[in-house]
Amino acid sequence: MNADRKAAAQDPLWVRILLITLTIGILTVLVIIPVIAVFWEAFARGFSFYWESLFSDPDTRAAVILTLTVAPAAVVLNLIFGVAAAWAIARFRFTGRTLLIAFIDLPFAISPVVVGLLFVLLFGAQGFFGPWLRANGFQILFSLPGLIIATTFVTLPFIARELIPVMEAIGPDEELAALSLGANGWQIFWRITIPNVRWGLLYGVILCNARAMGEFGAVYVVSGHIAGETNTMPLQVEQLFQGFNSPAAFALASVLTMLAAITLLIKVGVERRARQVIQEAKAKESPLT
Amino acid sequence: MSITARNITKRFGNFDALKNVTVEAASGELLALLGPSGSGKTTLLRIIAGLETADGGEIKYADDDVTHASARQRNVGFVFQHYALFRHMTVFENVAFGLRVRKWSEDKIKERVHELLSLVRLEELAHRYPSQLSGGQKQRIALVRSLAPQPKVLLLDEPFGALDAKVRSELRTWLRRFHDELHVTSIFVTHDQEEAFEVADKIVVMNKGTVEQEGTPTQVFEHPANAFVMDFLGNVNVFPDHLFGQPLTVGASNGDSGKSQLYVRPHELTLERTPNGTSMLARVVHINPAGSVVKVRLISDEFGLVVNVDVERGRYTELALNAGDKVYVSPKKVRVFMQPDYAI
Repeated sequence: MNADRKAAAQDPLWVRILLITLTIGILTVLVIIPVIAVFWEAFARGFSFYWESLFSDPDTRAAVILTLTVAPAAVVLNLIFGVAAAWAIARFRFTGRTLLIAFIDLPFAISPVVVGLLFVLLFGAQGFFGPWLRANGFQILFSLPGLIIATTFVTLPFIARELIPVMEAIGPDEELAALSLGANGWQIFWRITIPNVRWGLLYGVILCNARAMGEFGAVYVVSGHIAGETNTMPLQVEQLFQGFNSPAAFALASVLTMLAAITLLIKVGVERRARQVIQEAKAKESPLT
Repeated sequence: MSITARNITKRFGNFDALKNVTVEAASGELLALLGPSGSGKTTLLRIIAGLETADGGEIKYADDDVTHASARQRNVGFVFQHYALFRHMTVFENVAFGLRVRKWSEDKIKERVHELLSLVRLEELAHRYPSQLSGGQKQRIALVRSLAPQPKVLLLDEPFGALDAKVRSELRTWLRRFHDELHVTSIFVTHDQEEAFEVADKIVVMNKGTVEQEGTPTQVFEHPANAFVMDFLGNVNVFPDHLFGQPLTVGASNGDSGKSQLYVRPHELTLERTPNGTSMLARVVHINPAGSVVKVRLISDEFGLVVNVDVERGRYTELALNAGDKVYVSPKKVRVFMQPDYAI
C-alpha cells in the first residue's frame, strides 16, 4: 500500500528534473546572484575601504545607530500590543472579534508608502493633530517618534499573528488550573502563559525585528530623509546610492543582508519549536479512542 | 466541609445552561454529577469552583457564602479532564506550584511534594515533564497537584474521560480509596453511569440544565423518578401501555396528560417456551454469551419491537436457546412512566 502510494506520487523523471531545475534557476537568478553581488560590490575596493565606508562616515554611523534604536523600540511596542491582542482574541469571545483579526492584518495589505502618507496626514503641519502638536512642542514627523510609529504600524501583525494560533492551541486550562491553585493574574501571566508561548513569541520577535530593520517605504515618507539625523540604514543605502557612492551603499547594504541571514538561521530553529508546541497541544486534545 | 449550590441559573446567549439548580454535598461526601453532554453538569462544577460566574443563586462552603469570591480565594482543588498540567514544568514543579504562589518555604515545599508523590507512588517521576508521562500518571499528578495546598473541597471535571477503559477502571477504584483516606468533600462530573455508581456516595442526575433526581446509587437505580433517569441509568426496554395486561408495579406516574409506557430492564424479563396468558411472542435474533448473564436479543413481529433480555446462565442452559427460536416474554417487574419529550 505504501509502495502504491509512492508510485502514484512519483511523477515522470523529466517533470521532476524540469521542476527542480526551474526552482533552482529562479532562486539563483533572483536570490543567490543578487546576494553574492551585494558582497562583491561591497568589497570591490578592498576590505579597508569597506571598513572605512561603514565606520568613518558619521552619517552612516548615525544611520546604523538610528536603526538599532527604531527597530528594538518597534519590537517592544509590538510585543505589548501583540500579547494583548492575542490574549483578547484567543481567550475571549466578543462581538467584533473577527473584525479585529482582520484589522490586525491590515498593515500587511497596505503599501508602506501609503502608511507614511497617512501619518503625514495625521501629524503633519496641516494634519489633524499638527496644530496641537506644534502648540505643545511635540515633534513627531521628521524625528524619532515618527520613525518608531511608522515602523511599529508596518510590523504590527507579526507578533500577534504568531501568538494567536499558539494560544488557541494551548487553550485556557493551564491558566484556569493556576487560578484554582491560588495564583493571581500577574503570576499566571509570567509563570504559565509566557513560558507556554515563548517559542511563538520569540519567532514573532525575530520576524518583526527583521522587517523593522529593513522597512523603507513608510519611513521614507515620515523621516524627511535627513542624512545624519533621520536616515535609517535602508534610507542611507538609498541616499548613498543616489549620490553615486555605490561601494559605500553596498557596504551598508551588506550589513543589512547579513542581519537578514542571521535572522533566517535563528528563524529555522525557533520556527520548528514553535510549530512543535502547537502540534503537541493539538495531539493532546484529540480523544484517545 | 459541606458544599451547597442553591437556585443556580446560568445562560449562554439564548441557551439555558442551568435552570434554578440546587445541589448539596454533605461534609466528606463524594458526590457525582451525572448527565449527558449539554446537561449543565460541567457548568455547575465550574460555578462551584469559581471558574465561571452564575447569573443567579448562591454558593456556600459550610456556612461561608463564596458566591462572589474568586476562584483563588475559594481554596478548591480542581482536576481537569485533560489534566491541564503545566507543560513547561517538571512533575515536582507542577505539584509545588500551588505552594510557591502561597509563599511556602523551600523546605516545606520539598517535604509536602514528596509526601504527595509518595502517596500516589510516583516519586521517581518527580523530574519528568508531563509529555513523558502516561495518561493515568498525568491524572494522578493533576490530582495531587490540586490537593497540595490542602483545599477544603475537591472538584473533578470528567477526571477519567480522556483515559482508556482499563486505566479508567483502575483509577476509579483508586480515587474511591484515596477519598476514603482523605475525606475531602468532593464533587465529580461524569457522563458514565457505571463510573458514578462505582465511585459516588450520592448521585445527582442532571438533564437539560435541571436536576432530574438525586439520591444514593441504590435509590436512583432502584427507584428512578422518571423515564429519563430510568433510561439514562442503564439498558431499558420500552413497551406500549397494557401490553402485558395490567401493570404489575406502578412507578412514579407523573400526571395524566400524554401517553404512558412500560419500562422494563433486561434482567426484569423472563423467557418461557410456552405462553402464559399475558406474555408476548418473540423470535430470538442474537445471543451474546460473553458475560455473567447471557444477553439475548429478540424481535416481536406483532408489535415491531426489539427486546433485550438478560438470562441467567442456568436458565439459559435449561431453555437451550438458539437463534430463530420462538419464545414467550413476560415481565417480573414493570415501571410506568409518561412518554418523555427527550432524546439521549
